[in-house]
Amino acid sequence: MMKMIGAEILIESLKKEGVDTLFGIPGGVVLQIFDALYNEKGLRFILTRHEQGAAHAADGYARATGRPGVALVTSGPGATNTVTGIANAHMDSIPLVVITGQVATRMIGNDAFQEADIVGITRPCTKYNFLVKDVNDLAMTIKEAFYIARTGRPGPVLIDIPKDVSGARTDFAYPEKVSLRSYNPTYYGNKWQIKQAAQAIARAKRPVIYAGGGVILSNASGELKELAEFNRIPVTLTLMGLGGFPGTHPLFLGMLGMHGTYTANMTVHHSDLVIAIGSRFDDRVTGKVTEFAPKAGFIHIDIDPTNIRKNIHVDIPIVGYVWNVLFELNKDLKASQEDRDQWIRERGPWYEQIKEWEKEHPLAYKKNSKGIKPQYVIEKLYELTGGDAIVATDVGQHQMWVAQYFKFDKPRTILSSGGLGTMGFGFPAAIGAQVACPDKLVFNVAGDGSFQMNVQELATAVINHLPVKVAVINNGYLGMVRQWQELFFNRHYSGSVLDGTPDYVKLAEAYGAVGMRAKSPSEVEGVIKEAIRVKRPVVMDFVVDPEENVFPMVPAGGANSEMVFGEVSKEEKEKVGGKKKEKKGSVLPA
Amino acid sequence: MQHIISILVENKFGVLSRVSGLFSGRGFNIENISVGTTLDPSVSQMTVITQGDDRIIEQIIKQLNKLIDVIKVVDLSEKDYIVRETALIKIHTSRSEDRSEALRITEIFRARVVDSTPTTYTIEITGDENKIEAIINLLRPLGIKEIVRTGKIAIAREEMKAAAIQEGKRIRA
Ligand SMILES: Cc1ncc(C[n+]2csc(CCOP(=O)(O)OP(=O)(O)O)c2C)c(N)n1
Ligand SMILES: [Mg+2]
Repeated sequence: MMKMIGAEILIESLKKEGVDTLFGIPGGVVLQIFDALYNEKGLRFILTRHEQGAAHAADGYARATGRPGVALVTSGPGATNTVTGIANAHMDSIPLVVITGQVATRMIGNDAFQEADIVGITRPCTKYNFLVKDVNDLAMTIKEAFYIARTGRPGPVLIDIPKDVSGARTDFAYPEKVSLRSYNPTYYGNKWQIKQAAQAIARAKRPVIYAGGGVILSNASGELKELAEFNRIPVTLTLMGLGGFPGTHPLFLGMLGMHGTYTANMTVHHSDLVIAIGSRFDDRVTGKVTEFAPKAGFIHIDIDPTNIRKNIHVDIPIVGYVWNVLFELNKDLKASQEDRDQWIRERGPWYEQIKEWEKEHPLAYKKNSKGIKPQYVIEKLYELTGGDAIVATDVGQHQMWVAQYFKFDKPRTILSSGGLGTMGFGFPAAIGAQVACPDKLVFNVAGDGSFQMNVQELATAVINHLPVKVAVINNGYLGMVRQWQELFFNRHYSGSVLDGTPDYVKLAEAYGAVGMRAKSPSEVEGVIKEAIRVKRPVVMDFVVDPEENVFPMVPAGGANSEMVFGEVSKEEKEKVGGKKKEKKGSVLPA
Repeated sequence: MQHIISILVENKFGVLSRVSGLFSGRGFNIENISVGTTLDPSVSQMTVITQGDDRIIEQIIKQLNKLIDVIKVVDLSEKDYIVRETALIKIHTSRSEDRSEALRITEIFRARVVDSTPTTYTIEITGDENKIEAIINLLRPLGIKEIVRTGKIAIAREEMKAAAIQEGKRIRA
């Protein structure tokens, strides 16, 4: 056996886990680890400019590849700066391993310099966390951390390593196996329950599939497609599920929920069987939960038993890995191939009805020849990339427009903060995705508010030659907040005006990236084409209609069947809300 | 409804706060929590008493099971079980009538005097909640100085074959 110090054990163990990249920032208590990294060829260290950026970049790496993302930061402020990134990954079940330095074991609890109880702080927002007190436990801890992060319902795991542990020497052999008596996720769905589900699907006259991030996480989009196509069942997806079923597929209804399509929400509302797959009945999806699919029976497939019956009554629960369950379910359904044509015939009126809804209220916005409509930018992005790109979003109106207007055909192509709704996620996540997928075209569709939350990572993109394309949807507002204030708070734009926004073109240039701007619709295409052409990081400043709203919409607390379409024209709104428009000052770059 | 939940956990640093943090973080209520070791030194036993309708209790049990360090969760309320609690009660006994009254009460309840000074007794009592409340009520007129209670622990009664039960072999304390 080889004798090594903790820092070397860490590096060797990470390589054994297949890690190729670390995102982070050094500091006092991790100097030993950084020293071990100094001449390391097998691991790439990406220095971010903020630890939140490191955590989100690791998250983007994980979302784009399915492999755990890894961040390495120092104790105290370095560690606390990752908390938002960890909580974000936790809400969306993204596998991360975050390694934090800690003060020396004998100092812990003494309010030592740069000490923070990061294990205590992150206990509720990690899947699990460890404080390593003995170098002899280090290798096993790393093995367990990766095992926990990537298995079952994935999630972030934090390993806190005191300074003396990374310096201490011991024998190193990476453990071959790991097993935890208290952690045994259920992978295979109950066969009898799956039979019940197959029968319910056969009986259903108005079925709909409502699938979420679990489909992506378990790489089950092929199985989902088979289930939908073979049985001709329409599919709606959550934000986290987008890409899990082709956005261009004739059976696809669009996203459901608060800013989902009218068709998706009406289909779910009137269905007699909701087949929930790897989705958790989040409140942004269900609207008023008592009126969610009131006439339907529910099948719920999820790896996490706590998701089942948390928000909604379920008739046929199936706990298991989505891929395994769908594989079995498809087998059961195949057995009744002859009957299948019969069911499909009986569902004729249902398919007709769905087509009616599609015609009644398709996704739409008012085109305008003068100002740029934000939706138009997304449509153009889709068109000019042919959909062949990874798109990371921030949080706000632009995020919903991406979900509505970009048609994601493949899994792991939209990276969006769903559960936590973290502004500032998009840009570092795009960087992480670009590191993982150097040959892919990676966009960050950013809000002008969100982008400023992690704009410092421009340096990271430039210095590492990561040609991420940022499309800033510059509306001069914290737009989603402004929309709610417009619709529900008498247009009191309290705290939502982004005065003092920098000139994004100059900002990009200051960092050594390429800056471009489009102020009229005719410029949009040229800017996007040029951004794709240059093999460098680009910031595109799309100066858009400042008061465009995201529609359709289910007002908070409302039922999904009561969507608002915002047909009210601008003039009419002014009549209702008063003629005086808020003075916006120097919001828009001249 | 009140539920008594018995939880076997890894005997590791931080496990108690993982469990109690789960309850506070998700707004579940804890009326009582107690922790102790088991025959296996690597395993601890927790007893949690909580309130909630069926849906909440189902969530509590699932969420507990989801914690990585939790080995096993049993809702004892679904079974026949025994609950016990120990209290140490310090009372004023300056007058001699009080001392003899205190001893009498102690005897009735099969409690014990575990410490004695000229002016106080400390009484140890073990039992279910009713018994402990009852002795406290009787001792109160004497003047209670201090009470310390362990919190409840519970164990399932061993299942017996129906025949054995019919023969009246179950002895209940
Ligand atoms: C870190 C964080 N702080 C606050 C919020 C609340 N919030 C939700 S959307 C939004 C506005 C986002 O503005 P911008 O990034 O410009 O996007 P837009 O809605 O204008 O497209 C805010 C402040 C949040 N989601 N995240
Ligand atoms: Mg904005």
